[in-house]
Amino acid sequence: MKIEFTEDQLCIRQMVRDVMEKEVLPHVETWESNELIPKEIFPTFAELGLFGMVIPETYGGAGIDYISSCLVIEEIARISASLAITISVHNSVGCYPVFKYGTDTQKQKYLLPLIKGEKIGCFAITEPNAGSDVAAIKTKAVKDGDTYILNGTKAWVTNGGFGGIAIIQAITDPAAGPKGISSFIVDSDSKGFIISKKEDKMGIRASATNEIILEDCRIPSENLLGKEGMGMRIALDALDGGRIGVAAQAIGISVAAVEKACEYAKARTSFGQNLADHQAIQFMLADAATKIESARLLTLKAAYLKDNNLRCAKEAAMAKLFASEASIDVTYKALQIFGAYGYSKEFPLERYSRDARVTTIYEGTSEIQRIVIAREILKAL
Amino acid sequence: MELIICIKQVPDTAAKIKIGSNGKSIDLTDVDLVVSPFDEYAVEEALRIKEAKGGKTTVITFGPERASQALRQCLAMGIDDAIHVKCDEFETSDSLVTASILAAAIKTLPFDMVLFGKQGVGRDNAQVPAMVAELLNLPQVVVVTKFELISENKALAQYEVEGGVAVNEIMLPAVISAEKGLNEPRYPTLKGIMASKKKPIKEMTINDLGFTLEQVGEAGSKVVFRKLMPPPARPEGKVITGEPKEAVAQLIDLLRNEAKLL
Ligand SMILES: Cc1cc2nc3c(=O)[nH]c(=O)nc-3n(C[C@H](O)[C@H](O)[C@H](O)COP(=O)(O)OP(=O)(O)OC[C@H]3O[C@@H](n4cnc5c(N)ncnc54)[C@H](O)[C@@H]3O)c2cc1C
Repeated sequence: MKIEFTEDQLCIRQMVRDVMEKEVLPHVETWESNELIPKEIFPTFAELGLFGMVIPETYGGAGIDYISSCLVIEEIARISASLAITISVHNSVGCYPVFKYGTDTQKQKYLLPLIKGEKIGCFAITEPNAGSDVAAIKTKAVKDGDTYILNGTKAWVTNGGFGGIAIIQAITDPAAGPKGISSFIVDSDSKGFIISKKEDKMGIRASATNEIILEDCRIPSENLLGKEGMGMRIALDALDGGRIGVAAQAIGISVAAVEKACEYAKARTSFGQNLADHQAIQFMLADAATKIESARLLTLKAAYLKDNNLRCAKEAAMAKLFASEASIDVTYKALQIFGAYGYSKEFPLERYSRDARVTTIYEGTSEIQRIVIAREILKAL
Repeated sequence: MELIICIKQVPDTAAKIKIGSNGKSIDLTDVDLVVSPFDEYAVEEALRIKEAKGGKTTVITFGPERASQALRQCLAMGIDDAIHVKCDEFETSDSLVTASILAAAIKTLPFDMVLFGKQGVGRDNAQVPAMVAELLNLPQVVVVTKFELISENKALAQYEVEGGVAVNEIMLPAVISAEKGLNEPRYPTLKGIMASKKKPIKEMTINDLGFTLEQVGEAGSKVVFRKLMPPPARPEGKVITGEPKEAVAQLIDLLRNEAKLL
């Protein structure tokens, strides 16, 4: 066993850190208050390779490993959790399914513009009345000649607000239950693809989360991803990567909070000494750092499995569960260390707390992660 | 165009510098090491010249094992080749030793231009570019803020003088050193980083260049580091209390007589 980053991994992390501190940090507060990451900056990130990270170079991607992509998402989230989820979703559940399950023609037509940042990727499974219970979705795709006609409402679609390329899960065989769900590549320019209500969220406010309405949205049948009935499998596979991304995002938020809390604890005095000299504060920081390190090791383990084409459903769920729950606690304690200033909008601590909160909900709630983990360990016994 | 860029690995400017136990070197534990920021301008300028005129870019560094990381970063930015003159006696070598070794390494290659950062951040001697030019008998313009090729073997290089700029015409091959503002260095891309792995770094020893251990480090240096000292601790601030009128009078008195600023 060897736990050590390679030279490229360190180089990648350094590059992203530089880019984030110089190009993103100055805009973060504006993005959050405008509830928008301006689309215009995406080609810059795409040029750096951030929009097709693990896609091999032969398909135009950057060809880095999952471990590196975790470092990338963590570094982005350290500065902007909204940007981190935007890029993570684009990569893990936008590009990846097209790369893994798409035909050559589909890759040519949809993967390249995604990698170039000309189109942003999103993934829509959740509906107003179906979240954790994925099989309860109602959106239908009906075959009509060489087209499919999609009807239904998708809710809470990250990146849905940009328009672009959506991976939509819909029912093709109502009698087949979960095996009757299929995945489709849908261009937001398609007639009947309506970008609807923007969600008014607690945190990651700059992330474009929208409802999408499909109203007799007709797409060519060649836009079916994989085969009919494969939707659930594609979604679960893509979500393994997505969960690793959310875990990395949660870690990045936690890291930012602890860095700020350490700085503050060394500068602020109470009862004649620095906050950092009170053991109660030290213990909070020690626990936070320990949680971050544990979360990171779990996440890197899941990424390592994925890099080696090994099953990682359990490990991705564990990483996501632990890192997300940890980030809520870590950001809460960091805010506590800041006292009233933690509660003030003038400091980023309250934002970290709000941003961390979503990580235990999207891409499968903590309860769903526990169900996945339990199922895996019970099956193994 | 054959372009050579000499770079130095230095502590990150954001790093907190501690002095080592020998009292004359920097303690590098937990310090991030980077390509000296001024060298990045030189790398960027070389890449731009190559993109416009074609040719080849080679980075050279004289430094210990760890300096290969800095070469990698340049390769990731898009530089074609790298040469590492490996030597552990690097920190104790003075500017002339460094310049002599770099000049010897440069001489092993064809070149139209040699580019440097104006100084290596940290030591800030700003001597090596000029010394290399002298050793190679090349024309030089240092602290360049604007550079433009005007023909196959002629360029305009500009630097700032008190209240204005000086524009120089210079014959190639030549040495220039880059000042902040010359350009905006690019970030390495993920693809660039992955590709840099496939580019070999050519390693050389000082012996390969005809030097012996007596000619480098403290033994070979005419200027030797005796002591490194941190800047003096900043004295505590003063808080002036009392009625505004008296407080202001007291402040002016202190500024005039103690700080001697007025
Ligand atoms: C900001 C944001 C962005 C999102 N982006 C996307 C996206 O891009 N694409 C997409 O498809 N979806 C997205 N979602 C939706 C997200 O994945 C769902 O919210 C999530 O899966 C939970 O579904 P739900 O909200 O309907 O909650 P419900 O499923 O209604 O669950 C409510 C509560 O009950 C618990 N619960 C449910 N079932 C069980 C059970 N069997 N056992 C124990 N507890 C259970 C849940 O854990 C939760 O605590 C996003 C959500 C948010 C908030």
